[in-house]
Amino acid sequence: MKTTPFFKAVLAIVRKDLQAEMRGRELVGAMGVFALLAILIFSFALELDREARNEVISGVLWVTVIFSSILGLNRSLAMERDQGNLDALLLAPIGRGAVYVGKLIGNYIFTLAISAILLPVMSALYGVSLFNPYVLLTLLLGVLGFTTVGTLLATMTVQTRAREALLPIVMMPVALPIILSAVRASTGALSGASVDDWIGWVQILGALDAIFVVMCFFLFPFVVEE
Amino acid sequence: MSAAVAHSAAESMPRSNRMGSRLLIFLSILTVIGVLIGLYLGLIAAGTDIEQGEVQRLFYIHVPSFAGAFVAFSATVVGGIAYLITRKVKWDALALAGVEIGLALAAINLVTGSVWARPIWNTWWNWDPRLTSDAIMILTYAAYLMLRSGIDNVDTRRRFASVYGILAFSTVLITFLIIRIRPDTIHPVVIGPVLTDASMMATQGDFELNATPGVTSAVAFGSAVWSILVPWVLVWWRIRLENVAHRVTAMRVKVMEQ
Amino acid sequence: MTPLIETKGLTKAFGLMPVLRKLEFAVERGEFVALLGHNGSGKSTLMRMLCGLSKPTAGTIRVGGWELPKEADAVRAQIGVVSHKTLLYDTLTARENLRFFASLYNTTVNDVKINAALTRVGLGKRGDDLVRGFSRGMQQRLSIARALLHEPDVLIFDEPYTGLDQDGSAALDELLKDAHQAGHTILMATHDLDRAAVLATRAVILSRGVIGVDMPLDGVTGAALAEAYRRVTGVAAGG
Repeated sequence: MKTTPFFKAVLAIVRKDLQAEMRGRELVGAMGVFALLAILIFSFALELDREARNEVISGVLWVTVIFSSILGLNRSLAMERDQGNLDALLLAPIGRGAVYVGKLIGNYIFTLAISAILLPVMSALYGVSLFNPYVLLTLLLGVLGFTTVGTLLATMTVQTRAREALLPIVMMPVALPIILSAVRASTGALSGASVDDWIGWVQILGALDAIFVVMCFFLFPFVVEE
Repeated sequence: MSAAVAHSAAESMPRSNRMGSRLLIFLSILTVIGVLIGLYLGLIAAGTDIEQGEVQRLFYIHVPSFAGAFVAFSATVVGGIAYLITRKVKWDALALAGVEIGLALAAINLVTGSVWARPIWNTWWNWDPRLTSDAIMILTYAAYLMLRSGIDNVDTRRRFASVYGILAFSTVLITFLIIRIRPDTIHPVVIGPVLTDASMMATQGDFELNATPGVTSAVAFGSAVWSILVPWVLVWWRIRLENVAHRVTAMRVKVMEQ
Repeated sequence: MTPLIETKGLTKAFGLMPVLRKLEFAVERGEFVALLGHNGSGKSTLMRMLCGLSKPTAGTIRVGGWELPKEADAVRAQIGVVSHKTLLYDTLTARENLRFFASLYNTTVNDVKINAALTRVGLGKRGDDLVRGFSRGMQQRLSIARALLHEPDVLIFDEPYTGLDQDGSAALDELLKDAHQAGHTILMATHDLDRAAVLATRAVILSRGVIGVDMPLDGVTGAALAEAYRRVTGVAAGG
């Protein structure tokens, strides 16, 4: 029978998400404004002097990226729920894994776009250059890690009564290992310490990504079927 | 025909038989005795710690209770995986029991640790990575219960809970591993190899497992009781409670069908 | 000839609550079956299982010779669904929606085909407008175009008239008639007995998870159908 090939389905879903986003900019718009507000509030709340900024900047970066990604994940999956679209995706002759990977890639791209906005803005506001190859690598890996967990959990939480409110509560603790190693790795990269001192965190981050991607891929069918 | 569905569903939850009940009561008594012996060994038989004094005796509960929580949360993972594969309600009952018992034991672990830290670290709480990840672990399983209560359809609830119970175990592993990988924790490593610089910890209130034979046997005995008997007996009782609740639901459905 | 849709001993329970009980149900190719019954009678549950969204607790389902849930993808490929929700993305245009769903069904579509599909449901001039700006009736018509795109054998309608005004309902009537004449097998859940009597060739009334009445609708009036409905469910229609 004419079952749709995996990558064709994935590509269709990603393209659909990007198309909708180009038109309305609902997701990236909300995430971007939130992220900018967050770093401003952080700098007021922490009243940082120059040295302190050096120490906390990667923490501020990650907290901001994570909270704006939670915002985006909720929106992205709510979009699938509102008109019963998740059902529509599941009605198509495509593997459940393709639905997951498609949504994951979309969310990954959106969160990376926010990070791309944050990097120059934070570098300017905090006077610390974040354009360090290892910080960029850490961002690629870390964002992949928690959008992996987040896409799975958001698919679950949009189907619950509490909806949007539940995602940060269930997601933050599970994503903790990723957040922890990402913060450590980027702090290390910015501290000027020798690579050997902190490269282990980048490796842990890569290993965690691999574990979570595999786990979430196989768990996803269980959160969409009845 | 209508009652058949409810009836067969009720059958899948076996009525607890007499043998099982007797064994459970026997094990429960054994557990109480075991815990009492453990307390005797720790509070009376073992010598007082030279550096820390009487407060060190909290470790005879603190360490075993984490072992028990670890076992209970592991049961949640096993129950979750088995439920997703077989869709038998009993596995979800195991997973739920694991979370509730694990939470209780983790709370004991956290409170005793905090009481110990007051004189030794001179604070109830510090943002040590171990303490932080332990607190986050407890919040994760609280989130598990919130997730459950947020879903009306029982099948969906069981499915989502199983998935989340599997993912949540990552926080248990982190809590267990963190004193071994984070160099800046001041929490002592009690079991297993230490990868961090040990000299740093000597000043922070160390706990030597090999101090005296009395201490070793107290911790070993306590851990055995708390990681084998305590969680399993409590989990068993909790599952029986769940079975009773399930049978009540089945009967209610049967009555509604007539 | 084996029926296009066939269920044997189909049972579904939510937890311990049985919703469908050992349902024996068959639909021949070319039939238009109206699925009736009050809320909670199991209509939606049956439809969700037929299109593979929900797994049976017990029993088997075969659609076009394929078995659910084992060969779910093959079954899904030959079913088109229109629900009371639109199943459309309202931040995309009508054309983009159709293009997206065509690629999910691995159907190659060009502009000509999409224009034809849009014209068929009377949206020929609105292809490049956002679905968000459409009226409920237009959205529902687009939804039918979406369901027909991959030329499925079976069309499933789950209360498609919800929220439609007079004109919208009339337009939907025409589309349903067209689709039936074009050879699609149709299964429609509805509360509208008069409409069912006019459009469908057969009525199946569900009550408490079993089939209460299964009757052909040749020359049966809405009033006669309503009488049968009352007898089976003990409730007047429309509730």
